[in-house]
Amino acid sequence: MSDIGMLNTVKAAEDPVRRRLDSGPRGARPKRALSRGNIILYGTLLVVSLYYLLPLYVMIVTSLKGMPEIRAGNVFAPPMEITFQPWVKAWAEACTGVNCEGLSRGFWNSVRILIPSVILSITIACISGYTLSKWKFKGSDLFFTILIVGAFIPYQVMLYPIVIMLREVGNTLGVQLFGSLTGLVLVHSVFGMPILTLLFRNYFASIPDELFKAARVDGAGFWGILFRIMLPMSLPILVVAMILQVTGIWNDFLFGVVYTRADSYPMTVQLNNIVNSVQGIKEYNVNMAATLLTGLVPLFIYFVSGKLFVRGIAAGAVKG
Amino acid sequence: MAEQHSVEIRHLDLDFGAVKVLQDLNLDIHEGEFLVLLGSSGCGKSTLLNCIAGLLEPTDGQIFIKGRNVTWAEPSDRGIGMVFQSYALYPQMTVRGNLSFGLKNAKVPKAEIEKRVNRAAEILQIQPLLDRKPGALSGGQRQRVAIGRALVRDVDVFLFDEPLSNLDAKLRADLRVELKRLHQQLENTMIYVTHDQVEAMTLADRIAIMKGGQIMQLSTPDEIYNRPRNKYVADFIGSPSMNFLDGHLENHVFKRGDLVMPMTGYEFAAPKVADRKATIGIRPEHVITGELVQGAPVKSEILVDVVEPMGSDTLVWGNMGDRPFRLRMDGNARVKPGERLPIGIDPSRASLFDASDETRL
Repeated sequence: MSDIGMLNTVKAAEDPVRRRLDSGPRGARPKRALSRGNIILYGTLLVVSLYYLLPLYVMIVTSLKGMPEIRAGNVFAPPMEITFQPWVKAWAEACTGVNCEGLSRGFWNSVRILIPSVILSITIACISGYTLSKWKFKGSDLFFTILIVGAFIPYQVMLYPIVIMLREVGNTLGVQLFGSLTGLVLVHSVFGMPILTLLFRNYFASIPDELFKAARVDGAGFWGILFRIMLPMSLPILVVAMILQVTGIWNDFLFGVVYTRADSYPMTVQLNNIVNSVQGIKEYNVNMAATLLTGLVPLFIYFVSGKLFVRGIAAGAVKG
Repeated sequence: MAEQHSVEIRHLDLDFGAVKVLQDLNLDIHEGEFLVLLGSSGCGKSTLLNCIAGLLEPTDGQIFIKGRNVTWAEPSDRGIGMVFQSYALYPQMTVRGNLSFGLKNAKVPKAEIEKRVNRAAEILQIQPLLDRKPGALSGGQRQRVAIGRALVRDVDVFLFDEPLSNLDAKLRADLRVELKRLHQQLENTMIYVTHDQVEAMTLADRIAIMKGGQIMQLSTPDEIYNRPRNKYVADFIGSPSMNFLDGHLENHVFKRGDLVMPMTGYEFAAPKVADRKATIGIRPEHVITGELVQGAPVKSEILVDVVEPMGSDTLVWGNMGDRPFRLRMDGNARVKPGERLPIGIDPSRASLFDASDETRL
């Protein structure tokens, strides 16, 4: 009796397991963490990130070392004694020519160039993009094509003509444009126009026409539709435009050095003057700190808005 | 003017470059009428609606709404409200914001806006949705809000641009009935663009069938179905479409091979129609089958090819001689492919067209 009982319980316990095995595999397939594909994938990623991060690492550690330690020659070694003196010097004391105010002057010049340029160029491009996509006029497509061609002309071709234009227009209006921050702001705004207008036009073109028509039936005009219907839907593209302009204008060297004078050089130009100065000894730690300081603004922008940037690029670029 | 027309369109032309989208189009729409513009895609029906709304500028011609020439007026000054296929709700605004947007633009006082929004919400039964965003609504609810946006503005004329096309079949049928009820309740003039003949037949007081930028026929649904003015209209309306047989008309008798059809009971357009080549059109649902064939005025037979049982009725696809011939039978009819099916034809319900210019005889 008891034997039979035992047998039955054992069978009952075995049954479900055996049935599963009999019917073959089921459910999700188990995956090996260390498969060949994974090793290649993560290995490549590791190598590539090392390749990009190593220079940054060298810059950071060098900027935190004193000169004697740098002369010892161990580029990759972490600082034995951390010092922020190079950073302070780069910001406030480094000399360019006779001027020894450090990068701070260039930083504030760049800010004074950046803010009006970004606002002006985005405002104009947004309005033109909106007009070219939703309020087409006779010849609007031709106008747009001409604008886009502008994006393909190398800057260098236009450097000198713009010098003359700024000088002449300035003389006519009685204001100084060439060599002033105002002139540089104008140049940045104009050169941002083709790509920004394209960006805005394509984004607005992807907003359904029926929405635009509905707003017209509801009595909204040109500005009403722009401000109350279109702009509230345009955050991603505004962020993209802002990132493009902030990083582009901040990193600009060419226009800065051509269209301004020594006392109004932007940060990039001043950085170059500090790093490439031929007098005295090369202070590598100060140079590294100055370079990192100059790169902080675009870095900060990328970190803060990376996700929105990708989303906006995708939204603006796909539809033609 | 004896009768007040709500919308009048005079000699309207619209060209897109070399393409003439609308050609010398004339249309009078009565006060409180539900007019459907029906046609296949590219016939100019949506273009015409956009012209009435003021969203497209005509090349030539005039548009009057309530006797006022609005040809050059802004869309918002025309006394029209429009409902779009894609709903076109402002995504960043709540339903309340969507409904009041037009009123705010027209600088209507706040208390009045509140009153009108609530009234529209009540009529359309969307009060619980007022504080939601369009993204949180279903298709049917969105379309109701879109109708509400036209409703709050107290307009003379409602324009609908294929408003039900984005909805699934069941919802479309429900909203169709609701639209009809709304029209009975409001008694506004409504102009409705669709390519769906069921919507057109069920909703319209009159249907304008369009083709190539012109109106082919403007009549009541009954007239369009029973007395199509030309072969295009006859072919377009009805599903499955009308059967056409080519032959001769001799002394008011239609002849095609063995088929001899004295047109007794048929209302000719003129008392005496001269002999000519002609095409006869017979609707699949007007073909007589079964025991009734014995008493039919004209008898013939078809060779059955395919049988489609639809539940409520059965569609039979066959051939009469060398011509395809469709007919609609009762749902419980038993017909097999390959069978010879005797049929009867009643000439008084047929349509006769001139073979060359395809107009009704």
